[in-house]
Amino acid sequence: MANFTLQETSEKTPPPVTQLSIRNFNFYYGKFQALKNINLDVYKNCVTAFIGPSGCGKSTLLRTLNRMYSLYPEQRAEGELLLDGKNLLDRDLDVNELRARIGMVFQKPTPFPMSIYDNIAFGVRLHERMSRGQMDERVEWALQRAALWDEVKDKLGQSGMSLSGGQQQRLCIARGIAVKPEILLLDEPTSALDPISTLRIEELIHDLKKDFTIVIVTHNMQQAARVSDYTAYMYLGELIEFDQTDTIFIKPGRKETEDYITGRFG
Amino acid sequence: MSNSEHTSKQFDADLEDIRSRVLQMGGLVEAQLMAAIEGFSSGGEAVIDQVLTAEPRVNSYEKEIDDAIVHVVARRQPAASDLRLIMGVSKIVTDLERIGDEAEKIARMARQIYARGALTIPRSIDVRQTGNKAAMMLRRVLDAMARLDAGEAEKIIAEDKLIDTEFRGIMRQLITYMMEDPRTITTALDIVWIAKAIERVGDHAKNIAEQVIYIVHGTDVRHTAAPPAALQGNA
Repeated sequence: MANFTLQETSEKTPPPVTQLSIRNFNFYYGKFQALKNINLDVYKNCVTAFIGPSGCGKSTLLRTLNRMYSLYPEQRAEGELLLDGKNLLDRDLDVNELRARIGMVFQKPTPFPMSIYDNIAFGVRLHERMSRGQMDERVEWALQRAALWDEVKDKLGQSGMSLSGGQQQRLCIARGIAVKPEILLLDEPTSALDPISTLRIEELIHDLKKDFTIVIVTHNMQQAARVSDYTAYMYLGELIEFDQTDTIFIKPGRKETEDYITGRFG
Repeated sequence: MSNSEHTSKQFDADLEDIRSRVLQMGGLVEAQLMAAIEGFSSGGEAVIDQVLTAEPRVNSYEKEIDDAIVHVVARRQPAASDLRLIMGVSKIVTDLERIGDEAEKIARMARQIYARGALTIPRSIDVRQTGNKAAMMLRRVLDAMARLDAGEAEKIIAEDKLIDTEFRGIMRQLITYMMEDPRTITTALDIVWIAKAIERVGDHAKNIAEQVIYIVHGTDVRHTAAPPAALQGNA
């Protein structure tokens, strides 16, 4: 073996601050164990990507982070999801409040069947009381941050469904950030979009991480390489490797990761 | 390094094509260097001409391989070990092309020396021996690249110092020679160029060895050791 010292890429960046700690986490669909002893830190103001083949548990892990699973009685989680020292799995936790702190955007754009303005205002009204003027400001702020304002500012009263796919997805992101969450979960947010809309969303993700912590699940490895700071490779419900994205894509530590990244999988 | 095949067989074929062309180029460059040293030792015109005629083929290899690399990057977005292979090979090709240039330089100088009708070539045996060492170093680094043998590459890096030392020895002797008999200056200067070209071949072989280590381990070992003694004091 070479005796040369490894050059740590982490020297360039300040040490990350942990926002969410996943500890000894297991997840079951009935008797089937979908996630096996996951331990992972999600870092503040960073983009963390979960990658892996279909069925590896990456979307399951993402959905547990804001307890989407608790809608289904046969689904069960064990372990700890620590946000500010509080376990998100605790039974006494207010799930609605949790989902305001941890927002989610899905694969297919899901605008509500209401005006563009109300798509944004709807969620805000659930959590905060504010004047019409304040709400106008909040809607504009969210649409600005989602890079959609210039395209919709003259038609805020029109239905959200009238927008293009890429615009609808940015509307959903605007809706997600309008309640000022700490963490934004993105579940394959561009898989239904064309390449240009995809790049706009990726640019947006890059911009949004200044204010939010972002976790993204993507099938597109190059997308993970482009947008994320940290990448977790998962396979068959296990976390195989988690490291800085540069390390994963240049010099992964595990052969399983290497094989997946280089397209030698399966 | 991963030895298993890509899901895309075409990707495997593309990478294998690049790899085999680099090895062919390496074989040609090695032959060029050996022939140039032989031309210098024997003064044989045929072998010198052969080097000069074949040189454009080395350049063509460089362009073809670079083109193939650009295509793979554009179409496959290689990652991890594939990425390191592509990046490493792209630098190795540059070093190989430069070695080709050095071989050409040696051949031209040899022709010049013999055209002048020089009867005694100062330090000819030393230069040939150092030249053979550099050629051996090149052969071994090409082997190390073919086998992705980082351990061998490390040894080769250490050996470059030997060639540097021999080069300085030849220089000292040539300077003494020129001072003792100024009529030899013209020929001795040509020998200096040849010795310098050989010394550069050693440097390029070392660069290739460093890329082999990068390809295998992902570790950048360039510029990590103390600078060679020849450069110290010149700063």
